Amino acid sequence: MYEQEEHRLIRSTVREFAEQEIKPVAKELDDREEFSYDLTKKMGEIGLFGIVVTPEYGGQGMDYFSYIIAVEELARIDGSQAATIAAHNSLGIGPLYYHGTEEQKQRYIPPLCTGDGLWAFGLTEPEAGSDSRGSKTSARLENGNWIINGSKIFITNGATDITLGTTVQAVTGEVDGKKEFSTIIVNRDTPGYTSRAMKEKMMWRASNTAELYFDDCTVPEDHLLGDRGDGSHIMLETLDDGRLSIAAMGLGLAQGAYEMALEYSKQRRQFGKPISKFQVIAFKLADMAMKVELGRNLLYKACWLKQNKQPFAKESAMAKLYCSEIAKEVADEAVQVHGGYGLMKEYDIERFYRDQRLLQIGEGTSEIQRLVISRYILSE
Amino acid sequence: MNIFVCVSHVPDTTTKVQVGEDGKSIDPSGVTWILNPYDEYAVEAALQLKEAREGEVTVVCFGPDAVKETIRKGLAMGADKGLHIKSDQPRDSFGTAKALAETLKDREADVIFCGRQSIDYDGWQMAGLLGEMLDLPSVTVASKLEIKEDGSIEAEREIEGGMETVVSKLPAVISAQKGLNDPRYPKLQGIMQAKRKPIEDVEPSPYKNRVEVLEMSKPPVKSAGKIVGEGPDAVKELVKLLHEEAKVI
Ligand SMILES: Cc1cc2nc3c(=O)[nH]c(=O)nc-3n(C[C@H](O)[C@H](O)[C@H](O)COP(=O)(O)OP(=O)(O)OC[C@H]3O[C@@H](n4cnc5c(N)ncnc54)[C@H](O)[C@@H]3O)c2cc1C
Repeated sequence: MYEQEEHRLIRSTVREFAEQEIKPVAKELDDREEFSYDLTKKMGEIGLFGIVVTPEYGGQGMDYFSYIIAVEELARIDGSQAATIAAHNSLGIGPLYYHGTEEQKQRYIPPLCTGDGLWAFGLTEPEAGSDSRGSKTSARLENGNWIINGSKIFITNGATDITLGTTVQAVTGEVDGKKEFSTIIVNRDTPGYTSRAMKEKMMWRASNTAELYFDDCTVPEDHLLGDRGDGSHIMLETLDDGRLSIAAMGLGLAQGAYEMALEYSKQRRQFGKPISKFQVIAFKLADMAMKVELGRNLLYKACWLKQNKQPFAKESAMAKLYCSEIAKEVADEAVQVHGGYGLMKEYDIERFYRDQRLLQIGEGTSEIQRLVISRYILSE
Repeated sequence: MNIFVCVSHVPDTTTKVQVGEDGKSIDPSGVTWILNPYDEYAVEAALQLKEAREGEVTVVCFGPDAVKETIRKGLAMGADKGLHIKSDQPRDSFGTAKALAETLKDREADVIFCGRQSIDYDGWQMAGLLGEMLDLPSVTVASKLEIKEDGSIEAEREIEGGMETVVSKLPAVISAQKGLNDPRYPKLQGIMQAKRKPIEDVEPSPYKNRVEVLEMSKPPVKSAGKIVGEGPDAVKELVKLLHEEAKVI
């Protein structure tokens, strides 16, 4: 219903790429907790960087729905690679592209569309997760420079060798007794700025997650992104957008887990027949298929609203919540269908079972999504 | 250089094909269609030739409107133009080759690539038929190919139990074998550009099939294996069954 010819072509292209290039190495990268520069480069080459950015700035010029399909197809094979692409496009490029001045866009966006450079978005802090207004990282203007102090945590793509910088949300003052937030562009080589990869993650082990430190980190005044005091607004808008890509990861993961369960249930024989012949197993598969279908419909509708410039924040939160929760349910049942083998690393479903867990936490926990949805419906 | 690639629009290799209600065609419902895998090598060969020599690559496909999607895939990989020979009537290999040949004969092709076989009906005939109809040399099942500046061709072909090296000269028809190259993925930007590339429609002259399909059926379902016993004692029984039931020894 929502798909056009080019969307089918994107789906088949990314699917083929994911199956042939990512699938064979996903397990090993997960085992070694290794970010793959090789895969990142290849993903850049086929055009997964700057998917919705116009060619004028080096992007691919595709619609939002194309982007969602690409993330979904990556997540069907591997959550980590999907995370690299989703975070880079939605959180890295997004704010620069939608809020940058012409000069900032010309300067920052093209190198981020090739696969040679990544960009991160630093919002979360050790003491400010769901409550992002609780963040403390500050920036003060002095002699035409912003001087930033503080730290960020859990920042995707924040500390790879090819990370070119980060957009940081910082407190830039107080207005009417309330914190004033602004977003500031920080290049990787700025003095006073350091980043460190976080290790020992349970999930997305081949995706880079970082801690960022700002110690009198000094950048020129024109590194302000958007207007001073626009930080909260930019952050909220970025998250509405980012939620759709997390939803796409949930949908793709659920689809992949469902396919694994379906395949395995037809091959595994017990009591003289394939286990898919037992009604209990067949009904599990039916529920999985239905959930995936529902998730897809909800997500595509939210994308349709966004693409047609209609309000989509409520639907975006619903899609994020639903797709991440069915990812959990489907992966869980898929492990059940695999029996003991589902608990072994030899089977991809084991990785899927771990990877799904982030989806109910990142970019707004399930609780926060319910908060967002309930606020909308109660004020409607 | 004027390069053509004849491509075929076939059911995805992972699709479980069903026989249609008439008992002699594929049931198209629920089938996803793809660019014939062997034709991907042909498109790649064409693109590499264009990149080395300059020129233009045209993707040609015979069939109903739905084949435009497959032409578009070739364009997304990097071909310049499409040529759609429109027909809702399925044709036998000879009829398809005839439509392709009459469309291509006045277009001054330097090379016409195709895949070694189309994985739907497995005719394996196109390169041979096109060569004959257009009076061009036909180099089939090429797994290695070199086209030199002077237009001479050197190709390696897989033959039963070995390899064969052949030489020929452009213009020619060349069919691609797996291993000829590593087909590229379309780039996302290529997919967008493909939307704006021209696809010319042509009508083929009428044709009556020379070969008629009477029936299509699925292969018989394999029956479950049989365990005749264990250890040396079972050998006698196994030999007996292989001799009397399976009749293989
Ligand atoms: C792998 C990974 C990648 C990430 N990438 C990024 C990134 O690129 N950029 C970035 O800025 N951040 C990123 N994050 C951070 C992520 O967005 C936060 O982890 C998330 O917002 C939750 O914050 P928290 O972890 O501090 O949990 P907390 O906010 O401390 O939440 C703890 C629990 O309390 C609940 N809770 C909190 N407040 C309420 C409330 N009002 N009502 C009910 N329940 C509540 C939560 O739902 C949760 O269950 C990433 C996180 C991870 C793990």
